[in-house]
Amino acid sequence: MFQLNRRTHGEIIFDAVNVTIMAFICFITLYPIWYVLINSLNEGNDAMRGGIYFWPRVFSLESYRAVIDNPGIMRAMGVTVAKTLLGTVVHVFFTAMVAYALSRRDLIGKNIYMVLGTITLFFGGGLIPYFLLIRDLGLLDNFLVYIIPAMFSFFDLIIFLTFFRETPPGLEEAARIDGANDLAIFLKVIIPISLPVLATIALFHGVYQWNDYFVGMIFINNQELQPIQTYLYRVVAQSSSSQIVANAPGGINKNVTSQSIKLATMVVTTMPIVFAYPFLQKYFIKGLTIGSIKG
Amino acid sequence: MSVSHLITNTHSISRKKQTRKFLNKLFAQRYLQVMALLGVAWILVFNYAPMYGIIIAFKQFNIIHPISEAPWVGLTYFKEFIEAEEFWIVIKNTLGISLIKLFIGFPLPIIFALFLNELRSLRYKKFIQTVSYMPHFLSWVVLGGIMATWLSDVGIINELLVYLNVINEPIYFLAEPQYFWGIIIASDIWKEIGWSAIIYLAAIAGVNPEMYEAATIDGAGRFQKMWYVTIPSIKAAITILFILAISGILNSNFDQILVLRNSLNQSASDVIDIYVYRTGLQSGRYSLATAVGLLKAILALIILLIANKTMKKLNETSLF
Repeated sequence: MFQLNRRTHGEIIFDAVNVTIMAFICFITLYPIWYVLINSLNEGNDAMRGGIYFWPRVFSLESYRAVIDNPGIMRAMGVTVAKTLLGTVVHVFFTAMVAYALSRRDLIGKNIYMVLGTITLFFGGGLIPYFLLIRDLGLLDNFLVYIIPAMFSFFDLIIFLTFFRETPPGLEEAARIDGANDLAIFLKVIIPISLPVLATIALFHGVYQWNDYFVGMIFINNQELQPIQTYLYRVVAQSSSSQIVANAPGGINKNVTSQSIKLATMVVTTMPIVFAYPFLQKYFIKGLTIGSIKG
Repeated sequence: MSVSHLITNTHSISRKKQTRKFLNKLFAQRYLQVMALLGVAWILVFNYAPMYGIIIAFKQFNIIHPISEAPWVGLTYFKEFIEAEEFWIVIKNTLGISLIKLFIGFPLPIIFALFLNELRSLRYKKFIQTVSYMPHFLSWVVLGGIMATWLSDVGIINELLVYLNVINEPIYFLAEPQYFWGIIIASDIWKEIGWSAIIYLAAIAGVNPEMYEAATIDGAGRFQKMWYVTIPSIKAAITILFILAISGILNSNFDQILVLRNSLNQSASDVIDIYVYRTGLQSGRYSLATAVGLLKAILALIILLIANKTMKKLNETSLF
């Protein structure tokens, strides 16, 4: 074996520059997030003076208290949690079920079903016909608009397919001899051995459900059904943040500003994703590379 | 006569047999069929019903009456869009943002992956990678909030520029159209560079290490190995992602632009998707917006087919 223990001058310089550039990239990735965090932890009026770069100047949790005390924000948070949990379970279960049926070579009509699905990857009706459909289905201002239109994805089905095709057929055969029907096989044999791919899709869809603001914005008028991202969108894009302070119980709190509440809301909204990150990481690389490299 | 009769008879018998066999098989897999057909039903409702809805692009539709009652108007709405004052602005913004994203945003993750791969410390490499794809999981709303904070007149960017004497007066970045494209492109790269690099890193990990050893023996340096070993080895992945990137050229990042646009930067932020949203859902001009959406979908399909065919010829790799 050739082992190059001695690096040339050029190599040493290359490594040093590379390590530095990477450290810089790391800094510019993290700093904007850090900046928001420390400013949200600073007393609101003091933060208005600017100049808080690395650490809070006057530490305060008042903005967070204002967020927690705000019933509008908390309700929106509840809607988001509900739609993320329910939406993810339904999406993963339903898409996996259809994928399992289509993964069976002997399924009559399999090719027609696949063609029907594949066309949707390349062509669709567009925003307006979709909006009219949702309206005609009675899903406007209905919590189910977060669940039913999102319960299936042909793209995710393809990822499931690649996985299911590799499961050993012997397991299914054994269950069939024991008298199990195809639904029972799916539930009792396939699901338990497919946990990695189920987790991957669940995490992708969970992040989508958590982060999406569009559905809540165009299909929901009722404030009580609004998810946190839509709430935040209205605050960010329409700068109606002064309204939140006015709505807070006890009137305007001296130690918080609309800006500091906005920052605190952003941090609270992002927190669950940050906590889930180590778990996400374990799976998403796999999920991302399953279908793509092979294609 | 009798012979042909006999033949048709056996035919019909065998056909009957086949039908029975088919029905038996269908019955045996009834659970599977129900599972599959539930999915097909969902696709028909949520993907194909909107395709039927496209016909309102050719009709004078209003929201109170059903589609079938709306009068046909032919290509009126397509013509209206093409002759509209905003047409060229919308085309310019859509293509401008997409092309710059393609030329800068497409190669950057490849370069990032190549240099990340050159790091000697595995731990450091893993750390940088973990940090780099974190922004992908932030929502555009939160990122929009971060950017509005950074770019405001009292934000850190203005503080820095004033401090460095680059400018004397703070700039309202999000209120001035000339900065909008830059803001969109830079924030998109910031958010997605690490995420996009994952596929390339996975492809690089699959390169046979013997090829690097052979190149080392031949006296190849770091850059030469990147150029002659790594890049050719991940060409397939690059090609596929390039086809996808080109075919998405008429898509703008709707979530992103919707958060960052406002009435002051509209001349730079009005892209096709925003135009459809604005005219359709905000102004209630359903037929016009549907026509624009249809035009976009057809063009996107054509672009995909051309890109796929070209890459097949040049590179022998393609989507289908």
